[in-house]
Amino acid sequence: MKSLAELQAIKNRMKDRVVLRDGMEGARVVVGMATCGIAAGARPVLNAFVEGVNKEGLEGKVSVTQTGCIGICQYEPVVEVFEPGKEKVTYVKMNPEKAQEVIEKHLKGGQVVSEYTIGAVAV
Amino acid sequence: MKELSLNILDVAENSVKAGASLTQILLTEQGNVLTLEIVDDGCGMSEDIVRSVTDPFYTTRTTRKVGMGIPLLKLACEQTDGSLAISSVTQESDPVNHGTHVTATFHTDHIDFTPLGDVSASVLTLIQGHPDTDFLFRHQRDGKSVELDTRELREVLEDVPLNSYDVMEWIRGSLQEQYEMLS
Repeated sequence: MKSLAELQAIKNRMKDRVVLRDGMEGARVVVGMATCGIAAGARPVLNAFVEGVNKEGLEGKVSVTQTGCIGICQYEPVVEVFEPGKEKVTYVKMNPEKAQEVIEKHLKGGQVVSEYTIGAVAV
Repeated sequence: MKELSLNILDVAENSVKAGASLTQILLTEQGNVLTLEIVDDGCGMSEDIVRSVTDPFYTTRTTRKVGMGIPLLKLACEQTDGSLAISSVTQESDPVNHGTHVTATFHTDHIDFTPLGDVSASVLTLIQGHPDTDFLFRHQRDGKSVELDTRELREVLEDVPLNSYDVMEWIRGSLQEQYEMLS
């Protein structure tokens, strides 16, 4: 059984890391989680980002957050990437596989995956 | 919505937006009847608003003029011959005991019953997005239950955020273990 003692151990391990997170100024990944996003499959996309960012060891550089309706419901699931000093990138019609690619190429490699951006998908 | 768990996620988001400090998600299965309750201590709604939230052309959002959250939940329960009820007390009328209580009942043996899906994933998504508000989740079936109360976890974690990856994994594991014992 998962015990509270186990949670206590996680807390003791995390305590020093929390300070680091507060001062970070990295990339911000924002997933639209209103009715439109959720119905289109935003929950597994968010999950893929949360898991992928941790697996790639990016948790100190990238934060994953949620927002409401961005206003382009027909393109959900929508994911916005904000990086300091750079223009916002809007990825549309996302799925967990595409999320993995964005983590590897964009968040890790610094290359925007143009084919999934709104500019490439919208007609 | 392909799973009821997605309706739960969607409607519980309304509670967080209403400024709830505690949002309760309660699932109770008795025979072929599933009752879903979402109870919050948020700002509440006036009677007029309670009447209008089941109307898809009412919404609090400003980006477009439709709000499908409650209408989709209403559809999901009514298509199984179940029902939806909403009661609410505004903060102005009662500064102490205010909030909203949504109750949806479903007949799980009805052909149009939407599968419950991955409720744990919805609970985790809520915690990930709102680590500073509390959630109580309880799923009861045949006298057994799965339960998670973030207030208890917060007491142990102190200032470590609930949406830290390792904490989320602990929660995921805990819910999974409890669900294995439930079935």
